[in-house]
Amino acid sequence: MTTDSTPMIDIDPRDMHHLAQAQMNVELDTGDMILNMGPQHPATHGTLRLVVRLDGERVLAADPIIGYMHRGYEKLTEYRTYPQITTLINRIDWLSSFANEVPFIHGAEKLMDIEAPDRAQYIRTILTELSRIATFILFLGEMPLQVGAITPAFYGFRDREHVLNLIESATGGRFHPNFNRIGGLKDDLPWGWTGECRRVLDICAKSCDDFERLIVGNEIFQARTRGVGIITPEAGLAYGVSGSNIRASGVDWDLRRDGPDYLSYKDIDFKVWTHPDGDSFSRYWVRLQETRESIKMVRQLLDKLPSGPVMAKVPRIIKVPEGEIWVETENPLGQMGYYIYSKGSTGPFRTKIRSASFSNVSICPWLLQGIYVPDVVTVLASLYFILGDIDR
Amino acid sequence: MMNLLFASNGIDIGWGTTTAIKTAVVLGTIPAGALILGYVFLLKMMSHMQSRLGPMDPGGFHGWFQLVGDGMKFLQKEDIMPEDADKRVFAMAPIVVLISTFLVYVVIPVGPSLYVRDLNVGVFYALAVSSLSVIGVLMAGWASSSKFALLGALRAAAQLIAYELPLLLAVVGVVMQARTASLQGIVEAQHEGAIFGWDSIGLPFIFTQFIGFGLFMIAAQAELTQPPFDMPVAESELVSGYMVEYTGFRFLFFFMGEFGTAFAFSAIAATLFLGGWTLPGLDMDAEYMKIVGPIVLFTKIMLIAFLMFWARFTYPRFREDQLQKLAWKYLIPLSVINILVTAAFIVWI
Amino acid sequence: MAFKLPGVIKGLTVPFRTMTQPTVTVQYPHEKEELAPRTRGVIALKEENCTACMLCSRSCPDWCIYIEGHKEKAPPRREGGKERLVNILDRFDIDYGLCMYCGICVEVCPFDALFWSPEFEYSEFKIAKLLHDKDVLGEWMETVPEVEPLEAGAVAPKGAK
Repeated sequence: MTTDSTPMIDIDPRDMHHLAQAQMNVELDTGDMILNMGPQHPATHGTLRLVVRLDGERVLAADPIIGYMHRGYEKLTEYRTYPQITTLINRIDWLSSFANEVPFIHGAEKLMDIEAPDRAQYIRTILTELSRIATFILFLGEMPLQVGAITPAFYGFRDREHVLNLIESATGGRFHPNFNRIGGLKDDLPWGWTGECRRVLDICAKSCDDFERLIVGNEIFQARTRGVGIITPEAGLAYGVSGSNIRASGVDWDLRRDGPDYLSYKDIDFKVWTHPDGDSFSRYWVRLQETRESIKMVRQLLDKLPSGPVMAKVPRIIKVPEGEIWVETENPLGQMGYYIYSKGSTGPFRTKIRSASFSNVSICPWLLQGIYVPDVVTVLASLYFILGDIDR
Repeated sequence: MMNLLFASNGIDIGWGTTTAIKTAVVLGTIPAGALILGYVFLLKMMSHMQSRLGPMDPGGFHGWFQLVGDGMKFLQKEDIMPEDADKRVFAMAPIVVLISTFLVYVVIPVGPSLYVRDLNVGVFYALAVSSLSVIGVLMAGWASSSKFALLGALRAAAQLIAYELPLLLAVVGVVMQARTASLQGIVEAQHEGAIFGWDSIGLPFIFTQFIGFGLFMIAAQAELTQPPFDMPVAESELVSGYMVEYTGFRFLFFFMGEFGTAFAFSAIAATLFLGGWTLPGLDMDAEYMKIVGPIVLFTKIMLIAFLMFWARFTYPRFREDQLQKLAWKYLIPLSVINILVTAAFIVWI
Repeated sequence: MAFKLPGVIKGLTVPFRTMTQPTVTVQYPHEKEELAPRTRGVIALKEENCTACMLCSRSCPDWCIYIEGHKEKAPPRREGGKERLVNILDRFDIDYGLCMYCGICVEVCPFDALFWSPEFEYSEFKIAKLLHDKDVLGEWMETVPEVEPLEAGAVAPKGAK
């Protein structure tokens, strides 16, 4: 199944030649220095290894080496049933873990031709947007940490706690909800959850205002991030950069609005934020606005929440009929997709996971050429990748 | 000075004992000041600004013992040196930084005649001697026998030298207004001065020299390599700072040097701009000022240090080239303009 | 006065305001936080309900539940009936060093023998000691909270727990 939701921008094949240029010869050159930002490093978000060749203060070439966290998800799914896989795929992007389950379960439901009831779709959307808020608030706090400000990171973690406690009261797990089931959700929401949710949304809105005042308006932060790490729309699309990163380069593309319908996004109004610049500052700014937009979306969803069951009629032993399906969704990190190939048993025969950060990081050789060494950290922080998402 | 303290009670101590006591007091002030600043601002104020509590258990009452315990931990660590390091230079580098801190305390007055020496070039002596730490930084970078440490040290030295100028030029306005460069004289000038004829609070120079105050605070922040100017130190994330090969008690000396210098710079700023150890309305020469003076100065130091650390925890850091641009293109011209305006005011008003 | 403060000055107010407000720290050993009733802390076993049907151990993604049982003859339910064979549970161990806290076992159990409890303070110094047998699992039944009511608009599924 193909999707024709990708934007219509012509990509010049000559933009692809730097792929070859960026291949780096890792033998020691006497003139330049090789700097290895190794797998253990305070500046990279996890076990990413970046081998950088320097000429004084400028980067000549950079080569990201991934795979230090490969856990073999696609192989694991070959030997597990659908509920077991739902548990495992929480851990791909662990900061917004509810959003990882959604495309997989959606794909399985489409293969089985089952539609989850409205209330389940609404609650799924609410939890997905809450995960988006949680992970973006953490980003808003820890990108300034990479740039040098130590205080906002604590605000990020503190305000994320409220969202995590909310998810915990509904699903039982702060980080790994494991709440989706084929046909709907595992449980309904506990008493008082919607009131608590509104209260938490107010806290998050205030937190966004704080970040805007503390960081976005700060001239030092702007001096560090404006004009640094510019991703042109053509190069970004050629490398498969998705999500807020490409929207910050001016490409108006959001799978919630432009892709095939999934969850309850067609029932609410929301704005897709873009920024024309494409530098690190615009990536920060776009995520800030998207957090605010998600808060508004959850409020609309809470107002419109229908009553009813949260689970459709499904057989006791779930066997997904034969078929193949490709489902992609707008995850907080970008575009995440699952290609499920089922042969009629209780688990898929083969799953291919398209994770957003893998493509986002692939732009590093092109992006890091010619920038200063301190800016490497800024650019990596603004791309916002999660290692579990890159390596799966 | 101690003669006066004891002579008024009829006891005569010789010069040697006096100097020994003064040296001991200053040597004790450096770690005490560093500990107090570190605990109040780095541990407690930073924690509350970050919505958390900071150490609570060590020592029982809100974790006051934490830094003392950390110091003792540093002292018992193994003394490692890189194999190719120049051993004597490597060992001397933190001592040089500490010596420069110690020498600054020589001119700071804490009371009517409570100072080690009242030099009549006190201000310039203090700022000149504090720049000796640049030598210590370069020694540390060179002796570490590491390419990255040397680069980090060169960058740090460039930053420190670049910000010496705004630091000094910001103070020239104060000296012009006080007609003396001696710190005790500046305190007197602030106490006796008058704002357009209204003399009930004296004339703390922060009112007229607010540009100088701002420049001094920014330059002091850069001299201490604190955020937003801590690229040489934080670069150790990426390349290596000049302190990378230092562990144990040598690192403790660097740490004490940094916070001791912060204490010293706050004291100088309090003396130059806030009125020093005097309070308006109190008699400068009274006997009780020997007790009240240090307390007043300590309070003012805490205020200035609050501003310094508040900026430290809030701002991201500058890149090296932005830092240099700020110093050379903005701060130095601004400080020269400040001098000209002060001169104009003095001559014509 | 339309004087715009530079952003660096306005930004200073945020940490200052945070400093004047109470902190969010919960000083853990002395104070404890209230956890939600659904929190997946530990799995408790109600032994009398368990029939050793092995559904939970088969559906565990990590295979961390070890069950052994045997069949015994039990007296007939009514007078003059046939003798029955019942499953007696010999061993029910959960290895919490492997457990992912996913909850599939609790969900698939048809006899309501497994429950979630918010209890989390059961750390050990050795990983091997994290294998807990049915007595310990039974003790944790006391910490299982009451079933809480659902949100307005919810429809309880048929045969809900």
